[in-house]
Amino acid sequence: MSIDMSEKARLSNLQAALVVARRDFVAILFSRSFLFFLLGPLFPAVVFAMSGGLGAAANQNAPDVRIALQMPSKDMASLMDAHTRLENELGRGGVPHFYLFDPAEGHDPIDPEALIADKSGIYGAVLTGTLDNPVLTGTSDKLRAWSGQVTMHLALARTGADVSYPALATSLVTSSGATVKDQRRDTAQISMTLLFLLMMLLAGMVLSNLVEEKANKIIEILAAALPMEAVFLGKLFAMLAVSLVGVGVWFSLIGLVILSGSDFGGVKQTLIGMPDPGVGWPLFSILFVVNFSMGYLLIGSIFLAIGALASTVREVQTLSMPVTMLQLFIFFFASFTLIDGAPLLEMLAILFPLSSPFAMTARAAQSEELWPILLAIGYQAMWVAIFIKMGSTLFRKRVMKSGGGGHNPNKRRWFGLRRAAS
Amino acid sequence: MDMAVSDQKQAGNAAHNSNDGVDRPLAIEARGLVKRFDGTLAVDGVDISVPQGAIYGILGPNGAGKTTTLRMLLGIIDPDEGIRRVFGHDRPHDIARLIGYLPEERGLYPSMKAIEAIAFMGALRGLTLPEGRKRGLELLERHDLAHAADRQIRQLSKGMAQTVQLLGTLIHRPKLVVLDEPFSGLDAINQGKLERMIRTLADEGTTVIFSTHVIHHAERLCEGVAIIAGGKVPYAGSVEAARDRIPAQVRLETRAREGAWLAALPQDARREGDFFMFSLPETGVEPLLRQLIEGDAGILSLSIERAGLHDAFVHIAGEAAARQLEADSQMEGGQ
Repeated sequence: MSIDMSEKARLSNLQAALVVARRDFVAILFSRSFLFFLLGPLFPAVVFAMSGGLGAAANQNAPDVRIALQMPSKDMASLMDAHTRLENELGRGGVPHFYLFDPAEGHDPIDPEALIADKSGIYGAVLTGTLDNPVLTGTSDKLRAWSGQVTMHLALARTGADVSYPALATSLVTSSGATVKDQRRDTAQISMTLLFLLMMLLAGMVLSNLVEEKANKIIEILAAALPMEAVFLGKLFAMLAVSLVGVGVWFSLIGLVILSGSDFGGVKQTLIGMPDPGVGWPLFSILFVVNFSMGYLLIGSIFLAIGALASTVREVQTLSMPVTMLQLFIFFFASFTLIDGAPLLEMLAILFPLSSPFAMTARAAQSEELWPILLAIGYQAMWVAIFIKMGSTLFRKRVMKSGGGGHNPNKRRWFGLRRAAS
Repeated sequence: MDMAVSDQKQAGNAAHNSNDGVDRPLAIEARGLVKRFDGTLAVDGVDISVPQGAIYGILGPNGAGKTTTLRMLLGIIDPDEGIRRVFGHDRPHDIARLIGYLPEERGLYPSMKAIEAIAFMGALRGLTLPEGRKRGLELLERHDLAHAADRQIRQLSKGMAQTVQLLGTLIHRPKLVVLDEPFSGLDAINQGKLERMIRTLADEGTTVIFSTHVIHHAERLCEGVAIIAGGKVPYAGSVEAARDRIPAQVRLETRAREGAWLAALPQDARREGDFFMFSLPETGVEPLLRQLIEGDAGILSLSIERAGLHDAFVHIAGEAAARQLEADSQMEGGQ
């Protein structure tokens, strides 16, 4: 008797990973929990949009904060004349507004402190006295904000001269080096924050993934048929694919809302106002997806290993806090990329594998050089492989360490990290 | 040990000299397998040789190291020391398509349909999903479970789910089937079905290796056994040879209670009720019979009883291991 070995006796690691990925992807995508997962971020988005609208409405209805003015009638007339002239030059928003308590019109002398304390909150400050001896009463912040402008009004009112302002010729340039740098930094910061938020939302799914396998006792079947690295890779592929579907759905919905004419709580204006990233929008979008994928694979491979060691959902929940803290740390560490004059920290943020995708996203927004980004993606891929190898080794060492022990109810089953082995 | 191998190169081409005198290549060969978990020695120098086409049992009480040994043989975990070869391969995953494995802890995805679960298990071993579904349906029909094909696993009874998992283990027509405590949790009818299935697999040339703590299953099915206790394998070889380690017992009943013929009985003879029990003499029973007749013992009955695997287990593994084995069996039966 002999066994024919001529046929291919195993799947390649990639094929094996795809078998696992396909099962997981379909199972997650068609589960009810995925629908809730998809809808989850939309609730805060709707609340955000609604609160934005309400805020705008509230701002519209809010009374202007004014300076109450009471001086002799002649002084008040001079001051308001100066006010009109200044408003013409600086615009309505550039000057404070006055509410007049003219004695000639029968107003009693006002008590500045009582007026400011008035609950209507209309009066931010009170200007009394005369043009020669003016007194501005108000809280420190209002005094700081309006002292200069009030002084300017008073000076103009006192001279009474017809000040002429020369015509200023303007020459428009679309951008400056300083502006581009600043704006690209904004793009980098927004992109990094978006990347962080997406990974925060989605990485939690990975954490609990292997717990399901253990609860269903499938894991040993997988481990017997396939190399553990392929199982890990398959699970990561599936979760990444699910994440990309989720991100695609969210962005499509936001896009549809914006296309329908809504500002979506200021998102539309923010997007329109975002300057071109260093590598241009099309390439930046691709790199954003690639960096998201690499970041997800990196953090996912670590989470998968941690989740693999947990026996119950409760343990996963316990692990969630340090994991979230780790993500926050990574995000803040990667933010060094945005700081000028910290090349060492920037380099460390790029070299530290978990922060590298964030750092490279920021770099793609700020720099036009493509090769460092491509090099970093290769570097990150190498770390994904290392993390998967380490995770699967840890899993085999720590988890697959004991038998079922028959039906002895006094013994814990496979995955408790018990010392005794069967 | 039923064969000695001096080096790994020889091990790859090793063959088993079976009772029928025909050299059979080995499906599984393990030499000096050692596994420690956090300093605890779980398996301590296990040697096993399983010829192709054999039904082979790993017999031992719970906690003896059966599952760990099987996991090492399958490549789920690696041994700390020693070598393992499956069809001559050091890495069992390289020949995953030739192996089917049913772990002790049964498990399937609860939301999967039965037919999809079988096809998925086939896909893990290299079958395409359509082929897996086709074969799965055939298998389900053969086991009168076609009606359950489109039902979710969570909707099946425990017995049906176990059958589905077993079919998933066999869907890719493996050459080696490894079953960890396959009879555990099955009722008598399903145990009988499983025994028949194992025999059919072996008849078709498939090597079957299973672990059990129930001696009867091993005795009824196995050509060879490895007795494992405390992580060690004190015996690995044919069931026949294990039984032959204990001399056959003679049970003698006589009419006379006293007489000169008593001196003819072997030295180890002991009285058990109305019977004398003693080991079968090396010279056979005929000279003794003559002396009993001449001494007028009045032979009422005489039977020669060959030792069972249970006796062999006690002899080889010791009383303590045998007691534990028995307790495990009773616990299993009580569930």
